[in-house]
Order: sequence, then structure tokens, then C-alpha cells
Amino acid sequence: MTTAPPATDERLGSPGLLDRLVLRPEIGSLLGALLVFAFFSVVTERFLSTGGVATWLDDASTLGIMAVAVALLMVGGEFDLSAGVLTASTALVTAILATRLGWNVWLALLASLAFALAVGVLNGWLVMRTGLPSFIVTLGTFLALQGLNLGVTRLVTGTVQVSGMRSAEGYASAGFLFASTFTIGGTAFYVSILWWVLVTVAASVVLLRTRFGNWTFAVGGSAPAARAVGVPVFRTKVALFATTAFAAWLVGSINILRFTSVQANQGIGLEFQYIIAAVIGGCLLTGGFGSAVGAAVGALIFGMARQGIVYANWNSDWFQLFLGVMLLAAVLVNNALRRRAERVRR
Amino acid sequence: MTSPRTAVRAGLALAGLALLAACSGPTATNTDSTNADGTGTGAAQAPTGDLRVAVISHGTAGDAFWNVVKNGATDAGRQLGVTVDYNSDGDPGRQATLVDNAVSQGVGGIVVSMANPDALKTSVENAVKAGIPVITINSGSERSAAFGALAHVGQEESVAGEQAGAKLREAGKATLLCVIHEAGNIGLNQRCDGARAGFGGTVSTLQVDINNPTDVEARIKGALQTDTSVDAVLALNPQVAVSAVNAVKGASSAAAVATFDLNADVTGAIKAGDVLFAVDQQQYEQGYLPIVMLKLYRDNANTVGGGKPVLTGPGFVDRSNVDEVAEYAERGTR
Repeated sequence: MTTAPPATDERLGSPGLLDRLVLRPEIGSLLGALLVFAFFSVVTERFLSTGGVATWLDDASTLGIMAVAVALLMVGGEFDLSAGVLTASTALVTAILATRLGWNVWLALLASLAFALAVGVLNGWLVMRTGLPSFIVTLGTFLALQGLNLGVTRLVTGTVQVSGMRSAEGYASAGFLFASTFTIGGTAFYVSILWWVLVTVAASVVLLRTRFGNWTFAVGGSAPAARAVGVPVFRTKVALFATTAFAAWLVGSINILRFTSVQANQGIGLEFQYIIAAVIGGCLLTGGFGSAVGAAVGALIFGMARQGIVYANWNSDWFQLFLGVMLLAAVLVNNALRRRAERVRR
Repeated sequence: MTSPRTAVRAGLALAGLALLAACSGPTATNTDSTNADGTGTGAAQAPTGDLRVAVISHGTAGDAFWNVVKNGATDAGRQLGVTVDYNSDGDPGRQATLVDNAVSQGVGGIVVSMANPDALKTSVENAVKAGIPVITINSGSERSAAFGALAHVGQEESVAGEQAGAKLREAGKATLLCVIHEAGNIGLNQRCDGARAGFGGTVSTLQVDINNPTDVEARIKGALQTDTSVDAVLALNPQVAVSAVNAVKGASSAAAVATFDLNADVTGAIKAGDVLFAVDQQQYEQGYLPIVMLKLYRDNANTVGGGKPVLTGPGFVDRSNVDEVAEYAERGTR
């Protein structure tokens, strides 16, 4: 840019506030969250007690951390089906190193982080090298990790749970970072909620304010076009896969330090919840559109609904039905808003 | 949060709040944890009026075994005028969250199955601290008292496995296949280990996925065809037992099938001679008794069990007593 742009450009329209709001991908999820929040607040007064709030925020937090990372990846036009099982794999690596081999917890955490990043980079590398859809590649990783989790755990421990983290060296300090509680108004809130906020803010800033964020939108929108204008597609996508793996490590670490034990079958099926939370938050399955804040709000809806149903004392048999209907409703609202948004753009 | 800048501000504000608030990490050893009390009001309940009990299990929704436990709890609730909420989640973390949820609802009692005691430790201890009586069921008996629970109602898995193994050996079997249907369930491993100890012969384990009946049958069939010396299959779940019977027939093997737990299909198979016996842990009692115990505790300050687990099993169902048990299994109480 050598010449300064003119102060106003007659070619630019000036859409009204409502239209500008509708352009935000997360607006649908925010409306949905308000609805769910209002609904359960009316149905049961326990939902709004500090203990209640702590419970549903806690439920939403680890899901939210993953949903935000998965949202970035989906904006970049890819899926990661191995993310759910990877939360268990990382916890198992940490637990086995710390309890069976007597490593310091911090070292074990570093080792499992390296393992997670290796899996993430492998996912990205395979997707980019083979040209196969990431849905297929990560489905393979998902199954492989599931087998590894069970096989290695049983091989090393002779059972299917690894426990005893509490007596590992360095547990207290690592636990303080990942699994402590802070008290507000006499109620204990888990620190995972803060991690969730931190990850959401960081992801939002990266996505909206940095070059890497622009690259992410570009490779998700159209990889060939992005390549043509000089975006490093390969590196961007591999970095995005590494990001979900990092998030899986964070969630795995939070879980293992808080619950001090991990089961070999944990995390299976969660990958779809991450994707759903991201989609409620305005991500498109086709990539190139989405928001980190939206995904965090999607996870919040999940947490509020999951615990709200319990607070309302409904028969839990119907829980999944309610969840399914609610998700469809949220996605339909998103869709309607997006149509409107596209009209505004034109 | 419409722009990242406000998001950053909000994040910083929250982080600041957290710093100002009293932080407390988890404890490194088994001393009292320093977490703040829950906001439960269970202790403040008058000894009359409504009693609300939350039953929180680790069973997956739609599991036949846990359905009987649920029936036991709801029947007891109906008969004693106790409100019973049943919730379950196979994921230990989410199960812990359900316990926290019950505490913040201020229920009058909590019944929880501890397949993964470590994961539930903090939540159960917080419930006890909030003055809510807790009774553990089904699994986790060895940690029950340490967490401050009133009592444990269940079956000792390793003892039950040992007796099942011994019974199969008495039947003259030499090679046993033990079928594990949930990857993360420690109790199933204890059953197989117990069976190994009681059986004395060759014992191998096979991992299957309970959520996929086709896969269960195919894998057992495959294992029987691979190793034709197998003359006994021990299923740890009635659904798996039915698949095992089909697999034995499909592989034209002569292996005898024995199983843990009952349902109408298994009683039918015992009558038909397809299943040798079932180890019955009478899980209806695991739902029913805790409700009774919690009511007694509230109304009369009674405790049950004298600090030892209240055992509901193992009982054995074979051809000698299958007929009377069958009609009860039919209605979902055995």
C-alpha cells in the first residue's frame, strides 16, 4: 500500500447494527445459550445457585477447551475424530510414566505433551500428504489410539485403570495448575473453567487478529486459492491439527490430575460432541467460517443442558432425545441467521 | 464478547477474580482435601417430610443390569415415600459432576456406584462434608468407608469370580475363556482374575464391545474356532451370555457357558440347558436396600453393615432354582 485510502469509499455499504450483528458466526449460539439459560433458570431455582453454576460451568469447561480447538481446525476445513480418545491417551501416558516408572509429574506431563503433538502432526501430515479427507485419516487414528489405550494399559498395569497419581512426585504443584479450585462466594469453582476462558480468548485473538488466523480462514475457504496467494497451506493445517492435539493434552492433564485415575475407555464418542459444540457455535462443516467464542458458547449450552436436566429432576432416560432436538434447533437457527448474513454481505 | 479486545478484558478480569479468590490446590497425599464445602443443605433437613435421594450409577443408559438396580431404587422409593432420582454416566468425570450436582441440589441422600473410586473421591467427600449421607453400591467397597460413606451394598467381585471358577472346575472343565465387555471397568477384570484363581486350569480373556452385539458374538465365535480346546466360556453380563450361547452353537463347539447376572433370556437358556449357571448378585437389592438404609438413617439414625460391606451376592441360579427366579427376571427385578 503506497497511497493512503480515502476516508470513505462510496462502494462500501453501511449495514445497520442488527445486520452487523447477524454477520457474527457466534450470534446464533449466544441466542441459544440465553434461551437454555432462561429456560432452566425458570424451571429450577437450583440451577442458578452458586453450587449449580459451578457444576454446569465445570461440565462445560473441558468440553469447551476441546470445542474451541476443534472450531479452529474446522475453520481450517478439517475434522479431527481422534481428539476425544486422545484426551484419554495423554492422561494414560502421564499416569503410566508417573505411577509406574516413578517420573516426576511435570516430566510425565511434558512427555505426554510431546506424544500429543506427535499424534497431531502425524494426523496433519497424513491428511496433507495423502490428500485423503481428514474424516477418514483421523477415524483411523481414533481406532488406533483406542486400541493403544487399552492394550498398553493392560500390558503395563494388568488392569484397565491407572490410578495412584496422588502419591506421585510433583503432584501437588502440577495439580495446583490444572486441578485446583478457587472459591467465589463460598463455592469451589474448578480451575479448568479459567483454562477454558484462557483458551477461548487466545483462540479468538489468533483467529481474528493475527496472520495465522487469516491463513486459517483462507485454507478452510479454498486451499488452492490460498496456496495461489502464498499462504503456507501445509504448515497451517499441520499446526491446526497440532492445536487440537495440544488441547487434548490440556484436557487429559486436567482430568488425570483432578480425578487421579484414568480408564482405558475414556473419551470415546466425545469427538462428536466437540464437533457439535463447534457447529452450534457457527462453524461450517465445509470450513472457512466459524468462531472460537461460538464454540465455547456451544460447549456452555451442552453443559447447561446436561446438568439442567438433572436439576429439573426429569427422567434421565429422555436426556439424549432432549439434547438431539436442542442441537437440531440450534443448528437450524444458525442456518437461518447465516442465510440472512449472506444477504447482508451481498 | 463481540470483539477479541473485550474478550481479553473479560478474561483478565476473570483471572484477576481467581487470583483474589482463595485458591486451593488438590492435596498430594491422603489428608483431608482443602476444597471448600458444597452448598448442600442435606444435614439441615428435618427428620420428617420429604426425603430425596439421588442414585448415580456408572451404567450406560439402556444397560439391562442397571435397569434392575433402577427398578429396585424406584420401587423402594414408591413403597417408602422417598423421591428417587436416577442418573447415570459411564464417564467417571461426568459421574463426579452428577454427584456435585446432587450436592448442590441439597438432596437428603446420595447412592453412588464407584467403578472408578479415585475419580469420585473429591465429589463423594464433598457430599459427606456437606452433611449428606452417602451409600456406595456395586463397586468400590474397599474405598467406601475411607471416603466417609455410611455403608457399601454390593458383591465382592473377586470372591464371586473365584466361586464361579471353582464351580466350573467342579463341572470338569479345563480351558476357560473369560469375556470382558467394558474396557474401563475394573470390576470385570477382578471377576476374571478371581475366576483364574478359582478355576486352576488355563484361562484366557477376550475383549468385546457390549454396545455392539454382532461384534460380541462374532469375536467369541472366532475365539472358539481358533482354540478348539476351550470347553467353558464365562460371560460377565447376561447380554454377552446370550451372544456366547449363539457363538458356541455357531462354532459347533461343545463349550459350556456360564455367566454373571441374570435376565429373562439367561433364565430361559438355563432351563434349556444352554447355560450351566448364572452368578446372581441380586442387584435389585443394590437399588432397594440403600433407599431403606438412608430412610432408617434419617428417621432413626440407624446404620447397617457394621462397617463391612453388605453383600448381595454371589448367589447361584442353575436348573434347581431357575423356575422361581425366571418369573422375577421377567418383570425386571432379578
